Amino acid sequence: MAGAATQASLESAPRIMRLVAECSRSRARAGELWLPHGTVATPVFMPVGTQATMKGITTEQLDALGCRICLGNTYHLGLRPGPELIQKANGLHGFMNWPHNLLTDSGGFQMVSLVSLSEVTEEGVRFRSPYDGNETLLSPEKSVQIQNALDSSYSPVSAFQAAGNTGSDIIMQLDDVVSSTVTGPRVEEAMYRSIRWLDRCIAAHQRPDKQNLFAIIQGGLDADLRATCLEEMTKRDVPGFAIGGLSGGESKSQFWRMVALSTSRLPKDKPRYLMGVGYATDLVVCVALGCDMFDCVFPTRTARFGSALVPTGNLQLRKKVFEKDFGPIDPECTCPTCQKHSRAFLHALLHSDNTAALHHLTVHNIAYQLQLMSAVRTSIVEKRFPDFVRDFMGAMYGDPTLCPTWATDALASVGITLG
Amino acid sequence: MKLSLTKVVNGCRLGKIKNLGKTGDHTMDIPGCLLYTKTGSAPHLTHHTLHNIHGVPAMAQLTLSSLAEHHEVLTEYKEGVGKFIGMPESLLYCSLHDPVSPCPAGYVTNKSVSVWSVAGRVEMTVSKFMAIQKALQPDWFQCLSDGEVSCKEATSIKRVRKSVDRSLLFLDNCLRLQEESETLALSSRLECSGAISTQRSLLLLGSSDSPTSASRVTGTTGACCHTRLIFVFLVEMGFHSVGQAGLELLTSSDPPASASCWDYRHEPPCLVLQKSVIIGVIEGGDVMEERLRSARETAKRPVGGFLLDGFQGNPTTLEARLRLLSSVTAELPEDKPRLISGVSRPDEVLECIERGVDLFESFFPYQVTERGCALTFSFDYQPNPEETLLQQNGTQEEIKCMDQIKKIETTGCNQEITSFEINLKEKKYQEDFNPLVRGCSCYCCKNHTRAYIHHLLVTNELLAGVLLMMHNFEHYFGFFHYIREALKSDKLAQLKELIHRQAS
Repeated sequence: MAGAATQASLESAPRIMRLVAECSRSRARAGELWLPHGTVATPVFMPVGTQATMKGITTEQLDALGCRICLGNTYHLGLRPGPELIQKANGLHGFMNWPHNLLTDSGGFQMVSLVSLSEVTEEGVRFRSPYDGNETLLSPEKSVQIQNALDSSYSPVSAFQAAGNTGSDIIMQLDDVVSSTVTGPRVEEAMYRSIRWLDRCIAAHQRPDKQNLFAIIQGGLDADLRATCLEEMTKRDVPGFAIGGLSGGESKSQFWRMVALSTSRLPKDKPRYLMGVGYATDLVVCVALGCDMFDCVFPTRTARFGSALVPTGNLQLRKKVFEKDFGPIDPECTCPTCQKHSRAFLHALLHSDNTAALHHLTVHNIAYQLQLMSAVRTSIVEKRFPDFVRDFMGAMYGDPTLCPTWATDALASVGITLG
Repeated sequence: MKLSLTKVVNGCRLGKIKNLGKTGDHTMDIPGCLLYTKTGSAPHLTHHTLHNIHGVPAMAQLTLSSLAEHHEVLTEYKEGVGKFIGMPESLLYCSLHDPVSPCPAGYVTNKSVSVWSVAGRVEMTVSKFMAIQKALQPDWFQCLSDGEVSCKEATSIKRVRKSVDRSLLFLDNCLRLQEESETLALSSRLECSGAISTQRSLLLLGSSDSPTSASRVTGTTGACCHTRLIFVFLVEMGFHSVGQAGLELLTSSDPPASASCWDYRHEPPCLVLQKSVIIGVIEGGDVMEERLRSARETAKRPVGGFLLDGFQGNPTTLEARLRLLSSVTAELPEDKPRLISGVSRPDEVLECIERGVDLFESFFPYQVTERGCALTFSFDYQPNPEETLLQQNGTQEEIKCMDQIKKIETTGCNQEITSFEINLKEKKYQEDFNPLVRGCSCYCCKNHTRAYIHHLLVTNELLAGVLLMMHNFEHYFGFFHYIREALKSDKLAQLKELIHRQAS
């Protein structure tokens, strides 16, 4: 029930997005996010550094790749090392020594991914810690409180300087997340509860001037529920909106329709963050549908399994076929891995117990994602995004017409035809 | 290559090895250490993070145990392992085994030695071994040798004798194979390049002879050869005079530093590349007589340097072998480098330097990293008084906590935590916002805190290994720098005392 929730809505929430260019055919936009720790060009892919680290690569390496915003996770950091310690460490920026922007997720998704350890009520999500069996209640207030505490007086100039302002630059509301494969009344319950929890998060938010609280649109795969959620949440004057509850086990056909529905009802002058999307094809299509921000563990996780991302898909470098392949992963790629190393060497290193192999691939895969987004953006600015999409699909699938049906349909819905 | 000693004090040799590498323009300081690698890469580190480290040694250690299985790939690659691993600028030394992983005994025969790789056992005869080295093209390599005596306790004198005999036989065979392959390679290159007509002849000249006129002289001499082989080809077309410099080289007693004095503008560049240098291996277990025999006999061969094998173990076993070590190095020529395998702890390093050892492996910082620890031992024998007080108080506290020796089992390294390090997994570091070592200029200490490293270890994050490795390597390389400084200013006793105080 969408009650008339007491709205402690933000009056004139900061407009953090500036549109630079728009595709005249599709809904694609190029823009800039103006955040406390610097400007971020959009569309943007945000690598995920869950526990205050981008896995095996240093913040210097991440910076050198051109990354200007990445993710941390409230649930994980809330458990270890905990918000008090992070606050003492000059906030999350200071703790991990990251001078650019941070976005922290609320812990909502963990309700789905760690469902056996969680229980949802109106109060919040009760988690049982897998480490010590202790129970914690993650309420909207608690989630915002933790994310506020990840704040600091940290300046990007040096790790130990206590000056300046802000913590994680974008924080997410706690939402009631159900897996996209769930049907029935639970979906509706979760959608309405997410609206109520949004209001509670807004009310609890102590630092609206320094941390941007984003709402998360829910409603599962039900168009009506989603529409209701969009209508209600857009009444709240938050600086940005995320599209949640997707990129689970749903079919791609349902997926894109929900994304398209969402972007059609979200304000143009605020960023649209599609959560959990990271496959190259999905990124390109969803940019066409009007999304600006993306995050996903896929590129960094797949790297640690020996898989390198390339314009034609991916290379599983552990395979014997690469044993004597003396070229780089991608001759067009400018990342340090491709500048210095061959597929053959990486193959050999992957079969050793030296973790350096994983780091080489993590660097490359992040570079791949960032270079892809950069190319997408340039094509939008230069008014040739539809051609870019055709070329991209051609490289990925051999021929633009061979791209998956869902993608063809999605692109067609916004005026881009392939082949 | 040329080793020149600046001074020798109390048995410690301070100096430089010059004219190293394919182009002959690299230098190494001694005493020094080699960069430890696993499958051709510093552990946990990419090119970027490796180059964050200050003082990385000029020479890296590769292990045959990690590379032998890639023989075929490297042969097809043709350009050598340095380029393959992305370290074309580094000097490379190839050892047989990985000093961190123990070698199972019982796999050396009269004809072959086995190394243990991820894929399993790789058995190498002399010819296979030399073929692998040819594919690798390292600057130095440990000769095939029988080092099994050190893997076992209480070896019979018969077995010890056999290890010396076999190692010498392997050495002679490897040397022979190397010369043969060079002769073949040289003449076949010239043939291919069309520089030799049907009237070519191959003359072997001693050092006192001079070539006839109207001949183009080309030569390659291995470092420190006892007999220089100079190939003179009478060339039908394209005569170039040798010039005075060339003639002098033929009669001089020093090997040429580089090929720059030859008029080789019209020669294929590969003709004048320096070949890989064989490092002779001193065996002999704990039997003085055999050790001396091994040293004397190996020294007679045209090797580029010596590896002292069989001294690995724990601090107590090394102590028992120190006298042996002195006697061995006393038999070795002064102008060739002495490496030791399996010794990497700071206190042991000093003991060995005092007994004439020049070069060490740097696997100790890696072992420290693997157990989640950071090197914190002090080697600044002339610190400012305030720092000393702080460090001393810290050290005393550490020692109090070290009443019980803790055994850590990490990735097969059944090693004890030493008093040269702190264990970042300990709860007391959870809120310690100091760097690992105050005043350390490494990337980790300049950018991160003990609390952060503790968090990474507790959450099992990969970055822990990366940051700890960067710190531990830098700290360790810094230690070697201070050893050389101490020798320069005659302060080794102070350094030794400082290290000794910190060794539990």
